[in-house]
Amino acid sequence: MDFQLADEHRMVQATVREFARQEILPRAAALDHTPVFPSEIIQKAAALGLMGMVIPEAYGGAGMDPVSYVVAQEELARASAGLQTIITVNNSLVCDPIFHFGTEDQKRRYLPRLSSGASLGCYCLTEPAYGSDAMSLRTDARREADQWILRGTKAFVTNAVEADVCIVYARTGPEPGARGISAFIVEKGFPGISVGKVEKKLGIKCSSTAEIVLDGCRVPASNLLGEPGSGGKIALTTLDGGRLGIAAQAVGIARAALEEATAYAAGRRQFGRSIGEFQAIQWMLADMATRTDAARLLMLRAAYLRQQGTRYTREASMAKLFASETAMWVTHKAVQIFGGYGYIQDYPVERYFRDAKITEIYEGTSEIQRIVIARNLLEGHA
Amino acid sequence: MNIIVCIKQVPDTEAPIRIKADGSGIDDTGLTLVMNYYDEHATEAGLRLREQFGGTVTLVSVGAERVKEALRTGLAMGADDALLVSDPALAGADHLGIARVLAAVIRTLPHDVVICGKLSTDDNAATVGAALAEYLSLPQATAIAHLDVDGGGAGAVVHREVEGGVEVLAVPFPAVLTVERSLNEPRYPSLPGIMKARRKEIKTVTLEHLGLDAADVGMAAARATLVRLSPPPARKAGRIVEGDAAQAVSAIISFLKDEAKVLS
Repeated sequence: MDFQLADEHRMVQATVREFARQEILPRAAALDHTPVFPSEIIQKAAALGLMGMVIPEAYGGAGMDPVSYVVAQEELARASAGLQTIITVNNSLVCDPIFHFGTEDQKRRYLPRLSSGASLGCYCLTEPAYGSDAMSLRTDARREADQWILRGTKAFVTNAVEADVCIVYARTGPEPGARGISAFIVEKGFPGISVGKVEKKLGIKCSSTAEIVLDGCRVPASNLLGEPGSGGKIALTTLDGGRLGIAAQAVGIARAALEEATAYAAGRRQFGRSIGEFQAIQWMLADMATRTDAARLLMLRAAYLRQQGTRYTREASMAKLFASETAMWVTHKAVQIFGGYGYIQDYPVERYFRDAKITEIYEGTSEIQRIVIARNLLEGHA
Repeated sequence: MNIIVCIKQVPDTEAPIRIKADGSGIDDTGLTLVMNYYDEHATEAGLRLREQFGGTVTLVSVGAERVKEALRTGLAMGADDALLVSDPALAGADHLGIARVLAAVIRTLPHDVVICGKLSTDDNAATVGAALAEYLSLPQATAIAHLDVDGGGAGAVVHREVEGGVEVLAVPFPAVLTVERSLNEPRYPSLPGIMKARRKEIKTVTLEHLGLDAADVGMAAARATLVRLSPPPARKAGRIVEGDAAQAVSAIISFLKDEAKVLS
């Protein structure tokens, strides 16, 4: 048993930490207060290899392993959860399914541009009426000669505004639930796709969240991803990987809050001494640190299992569940330690607090994660 | 163009430094060590010359086995090869000893230009680059802030920032250059670069391989010895001036005049 990161993981960590410190951190507060898409930072991140991290170099990716991926995502989220959202969606939810389920032609057409920053991806699964119940989605795809005609509205799509490559799930057959669903690679340039309502959010503000409207969108048959009817499997497999990215995001947010709160507790004086000398504050810091470490270990274990090629659905859900609830709890305590200063925008902890909440919701709510974990436990006991 | 870049591994300037109880050196347990920042600029300069003229960038360092981490950083930035001189007999070597070892290694390698950082952030001596040029009998230009190599790669015009102006020098190649941080902006190692760096074998050589004798380059040859290392005095706490604004301003002005003596 070795709890050390390997040399290359430490190099990835050091590189991305330095990149985040120089390029992201100085702009993180401004990107939250006046949200604009940080295209310049995204281009620099792409030059480093952060947009297609685990995609092999033959397809333009960085050829890294899943442990490097989560280590890098934690560093990005430590600086700006909003910016990391843009990057993790492109990696986990767009590059990954194209690499695992795409044809050679699809991989060659899409992975190099998604990995290089020339394109940005988005993932269109959720619909206004189907969130946790995603496998009941209603977006419809009909075959006409060598095209598929897609109709429906996708909701809460991260990167929807800036993305030009969309993974879209639609119903291609009469079978109910997951079996009737297929996945498509849809370009924004195809006729009949548009961006609908752009949402205003509580946190992760520099990433766009919007509807994607498919109004008779014409998709070449060659852009069907995987077999017809395999969309449900593609969606769930993809989300296992996605949850690693969200776990890393939550760990990054929790660490940011812990580091800020620790520094504040050491420096802030009340009643003639630093508040870090009071046991009430010490207990909070101790619990914050313990939970953050536990979340990171769960994250690393899930990434390690993925690296080994074993099934890691349960462990990915555990990491995502525990890390997201930790991020919420730790940021809540960080605001408390900062007191009034935690509630104002001059300090970063209120941003962490707002950013943390989404990690309990997207890519499967905490309730869905518990269902995944419990079903996995009970499998084979039926 | 055969480009050699000399690098050193130093404590991270942001890491807290602890000094050994006996004052004999820095306690490096748990200390984060990085490539000297000036050497990142030297590596960047080497990589840019390779982009302009083709050829290879070879990194050279002297130190313990863990110095390979700093060499890997340079490989990840894009250097082609790295070589480490590591020998227990080098413990206690001074700057001139290290320069002699570097000179011995570089003599075994084809070199059109040798680039070093101006100084290393750990001991600020700014000695090794200049001494290296002497031992190699090469022309040198130190602390350069601008580098313009002629189209044929036969020499360079460099700018040095001197008190109140800029000194422009021409040096024929092969030459030793030491660089300022203002020369360029070092690139980040790319992630694929990190993977390539990890797979790359870093050759380690000893004094014996180089035909050097510890008596000539090791502690015995050191012309200066470290007497004691001590931490800087603790910073005094600031003073808070009480009272209303008018009183506070006059109190601060009299402090600046009479105590700090920065106003007259």
